[in-house]
Amino acid sequence: MMQAWADTAIETAKRRGASYADVRVMDIRHRDISTKNGEVGTLAESESLGIGIRVIASGAWGFASTDRLTREGVQACAAEAVAIAKASALAKRENVALAPEQAYVDTWQNPFLKDPFRIPVERQIDLLLAADKEMRRVKGITVAEGSMSFRRIEQLFVSSAGSSIHQVKMQSGAGIVATSFAGSEIQKRSYPSSFGGQHMLQGYELVESFDLVGHAPRIAEECVALHSAAQCPEGQKTIILGGSQLGLQIHESIGHPIELDRVLGMEANFAGMSFLTTEKLRNLKYGSDIVNVVADARLAHGPGLGTFAYDDEGVPAQCTPIITDGLFTGYLSNRETASAIGEKRSGGTMRCESWNRLPMIRMTNISINPGTWKYDDLIADTDDAILMETNRSWSIDDRRYHFQFSTEIGWEIKGGKKSRMVKNPSYSGITTEFWNSCDAICSRDYWTLWGTPNCGKGQPQQVMGTGHGASPARFRNVKVGIAFAK
Amino acid sequence: MPTITEKSFAVKDGRIAKADLEGVAERIFKLSEADETEVEIAAVTDALTRFANNTIHQNVAEQTLAISVRAVVDGRTARATTNKRDDESLGRATAAALALARNQPKNPDLLPMVRAQKYQKVARFFPATPSATPQLRARAVTRVCRMVEKAKQTAAGIFSSGSSQSLLANSKGLSAHYEQTRSEFSVTVLESKSSGWAKSNSPDIRKIDPDELAERASRTCTESREPREIPAGHYTTILPPSAVLDLVGFLFYDFAGTAVLDKRSCLTGRMGKKIFGENISIWDDAYHPLQTGPPYDGEGLPRQKVALVDRGTPKNLVYARATAKKMKTKPTGHGFSLPNEYGEAPMNLVFAGGDKSREEMIRTTERGILVTRLWYIREVDPYAKVLTGMTRDGTFLIENGRVAGGLRNFRFNQSIVEMLANVEMLGPAVRAAGEESFEMVVPTMKVRNFHFSEVTKF
Repeated sequence: MMQAWADTAIETAKRRGASYADVRVMDIRHRDISTKNGEVGTLAESESLGIGIRVIASGAWGFASTDRLTREGVQACAAEAVAIAKASALAKRENVALAPEQAYVDTWQNPFLKDPFRIPVERQIDLLLAADKEMRRVKGITVAEGSMSFRRIEQLFVSSAGSSIHQVKMQSGAGIVATSFAGSEIQKRSYPSSFGGQHMLQGYELVESFDLVGHAPRIAEECVALHSAAQCPEGQKTIILGGSQLGLQIHESIGHPIELDRVLGMEANFAGMSFLTTEKLRNLKYGSDIVNVVADARLAHGPGLGTFAYDDEGVPAQCTPIITDGLFTGYLSNRETASAIGEKRSGGTMRCESWNRLPMIRMTNISINPGTWKYDDLIADTDDAILMETNRSWSIDDRRYHFQFSTEIGWEIKGGKKSRMVKNPSYSGITTEFWNSCDAICSRDYWTLWGTPNCGKGQPQQVMGTGHGASPARFRNVKVGIAFAK
Repeated sequence: MPTITEKSFAVKDGRIAKADLEGVAERIFKLSEADETEVEIAAVTDALTRFANNTIHQNVAEQTLAISVRAVVDGRTARATTNKRDDESLGRATAAALALARNQPKNPDLLPMVRAQKYQKVARFFPATPSATPQLRARAVTRVCRMVEKAKQTAAGIFSSGSSQSLLANSKGLSAHYEQTRSEFSVTVLESKSSGWAKSNSPDIRKIDPDELAERASRTCTESREPREIPAGHYTTILPPSAVLDLVGFLFYDFAGTAVLDKRSCLTGRMGKKIFGENISIWDDAYHPLQTGPPYDGEGLPRQKVALVDRGTPKNLVYARATAKKMKTKPTGHGFSLPNEYGEAPMNLVFAGGDKSREEMIRTTERGILVTRLWYIREVDPYAKVLTGMTRDGTFLIENGRVAGGLRNFRFNQSIVEMLANVEMLGPAVRAAGEESFEMVVPTMKVRNFHFSEVTKF
C-alpha cells in the first residue's frame, strides 16, 4: 500500500502543477517502559502511519501531511501541498534551486539480533525492577528509576525524479537513574548516560549489553557519596571529559554550528544562527591539530542514531570531514543549501521526526576520531585536573560561541592519580578556544558511539536522535566552577 | 462490524461532532475485554508558515487523529495508541493495551476509573482561526518582510494557526470533550550586529497583530545596534513577561505532590515558609480568561483553582488521585494521563501582577540591564533552583533611568527562589509566550541582584 499511496501523491502533485514532489510514507512503532521505586510507571505502545508530501510549485516550497490514507485523503493532501506552495510564492525572492542528485531504487534495514518488540514485556519490566531494587538497597537513595524505549521506523521515500527507497530502522535504548535528597541538596547518578540512557540503532541485544543490574549499586553509592564530597573548585584548570560528556560537547559546539540552514539564517527565529559563516570554511582553525571530526551516516561508522542508507530527500549516506587536523572543512547540508553555497552535492543530512514533519538538516553521527592515548596513561600524564563524567546540564548561546556544561560527578586528578570525588562540577568557554585547547584524546579502545535521542530543532519543533562517537579527552586552561559561583 | 472511515466523522466548521468521537469510544468499549477501559481521541489540524531572509522558506500543514486505549485488568494498567482507523487496528490496539497491562506486577496505587463528571464551561474555539488560509498567512508574512526590508533589516519567524479536539471517555460513564484553537506569530529581526524579537499567541487569530509585533522587533533591533561589552556581575534587571515565563516555567513541577513525595521538588521542607517576596502570589487557574487548556485532567477530574503561593509563602500543591491518596489529601484535578510516574503538575499558572509600567521600572533604575529574550535555559541545581541560560535578541544597559544602548549578550546563573525574593516591581500580568515553557499569565518583573556570570562574543 505504501507505494500506491506515494504514487497517488506524486501523480496528484504533478497534475496540480508541482515541478518537483517527494513523499515519505512512514509507519512508526514505539514501546516505552519506565519504573520508579519498585513500581511500573509508563507502560505504553503506540503506532503511527501517515504520509508527508513536499512539493515545489511556482518556484516555492509547500508541504502537507495526513493520516487519512484513502485515495481521496492522499489526493486532497497533495493538492493542499501544491496550494501551500503557491501561497509561499507570494513572498518569493527567487525560485528554489536544488543540487543535482540521481534517482535510486533500493531497500535497506539496519542489522540487529533481537527484535525488542518480540521480547516479552514482563522480561523487560523485570530487568528494570531488578536494577531498581539494587539501587534502593543503598541507604540514602530517595528515587530509583529505569526506562527502556524501542522504536521501529518503516519508511518509503518516493520522488517525482524516480526514486523509490524503502528503509527500516530499529532503535533501542535504556538507562537507570539514582537520585538522593539530603540536607539542602539533590544529587543524581545515571548509567550508561543521563537523560534516558544510551540509545543506538540496534535490537534488544544493546540493552542486554549494559548490565543495568550490575551497575546499579555503583551509581547508587556514588550518588549518596556526592553529598559528602567536596565542592568542585573554581578557576582556570585542566579538565578531562568522559566519553558521553564529550559526545554532548560535540553535539552542542560542533554539530549545531555546522548546520548550513542555521548558517544561512533559516533557523534564526528559534534555534538561532551560527558563528561559522561561509568565509570560515577551510580557513578557520576550529581545534588543535589532533582534533578530527566527521559527519558520518554510513553503517560502517557504527549503528548510531544518525545512521541510515539514504536521508529523507533521497540522498545516500555519506561521510563528510568536518574538522580535519584542526581545520574547519565541512558543513551539514541538504540539496537546497548545498546549491546555495555552490557545493556540487548535498551532504545527505535531511531527516524528519515523523511523516507529519518536513525534513530538515539534522546531525547524523558527528564524531571525533579516536586519538592514541590509553586512558590510564592519560590520567598518569596529568598533574592537576578535574575529571568530569555524565552530563547534568547544558546550555549554549544562539550562535554557538559560549557554552556551559555541568556533570553529575567529578574527581580531582593530582600527580597523575585519580583522587577525591568532587560534586557539582561545571565548566564553560568559547567554542573555538575550547577545541583548540584539546591536547589528548583516548584511543579507539575507549571510543563509544553515544546516542542523543532528544535533539530539538525547527518550527514546529522536531525531536531527532543523533550519534556522537567520542572517547575521553583532555583540555587545558578551561574555566571551571562558574555555574556554582556566588 | 462496519469499517471506521473518515466518513464516520461529520466535520462542520472545522470540528468533528462529539457524538462521532463518542461512537468510536463506544465501539472500543465493546471490543475490550478489560475490567475497565478508557479511550482518548485527539484530533489536530495545524498549519505553519515559516519565513527567513525575508521570504517564506517552509510552509506546512498537518492533520492527525490518534486513538489511545487504556486497559485496567486486575489492578494493572497500560496504554496502546494508534492512528490507524480500520477495525483491525482498533482491535489490535485494544488487545495490546490489555496484554501489556496483564504482563506486569500489580500496581497498589491504581484507583478505579472516575465516573461521569460535571465541568465548568470554557469557550476556547474561535472558528476564524482554523479558517485561516495559507494565503492569509502568506500575505501577512509578505507585508512584514517588505516592511523590515525597507528598514534594511532581515526578518525570520513563523505564523501558525490550528485547532485541536479531544475526547476522554471511559467504560464507567465518563465523557469529557474539549476543543480549542490556537494561533501564533513570532518574529526575529536582524542586522549584522544586532537583533530584536517579539512573539504573541492566542486562541483567536484576530487578536494577533503581525505588523505590530514586527515593528516592535525591528525597533529593538535598531536600538541595540553596535552592542558594547560590560563586565558580568549582579545587576538590577528588568525581565519582560516572556523572560519571566521562561524562568518561572522551571518551577511548575516543583508544585506537584509527587515531586515533594519523591523529595525532588525545591519546595521539599519549604512549604509554609516565606521563601519568596511579599509581592509574589501564584495560582493554578484553568478558568482564567487569559488561560487555555481543558477544564479537566488526564483522568477526567475537573481542574480546581489552587492557590500555590500566597504573598511569598508556598501554601498548596496539586495532586492526582493516587498522589492525593498517598499524601492523605484530596485530588485537585491536575493528574497526567495514566499510566505515568510523574503524577501531576499545575499547567495553568497565573501570577499576581502589579501596576508598574516598564517605563517606570526603567526610570527608577540607576544602573541595570533590560532583557528582551532568554534562551537555552537549563537547571543547574534542582534544590537551590539555579538556572543557567543566555540573553538574546536585544539586551540593553540602563543608566540613570534611561536606556543607554545595546549590550553583548550575557550568560546567567541565577536561583529562581532568590529571584522571586528580590522582585522590586511588577507590571500587570499578561498572557505571555516564551520558548522554554508553556504559556502562562505573568507580569514584567524588575529584579535586584540578577546574576550574569559571563559575556559572549556578540
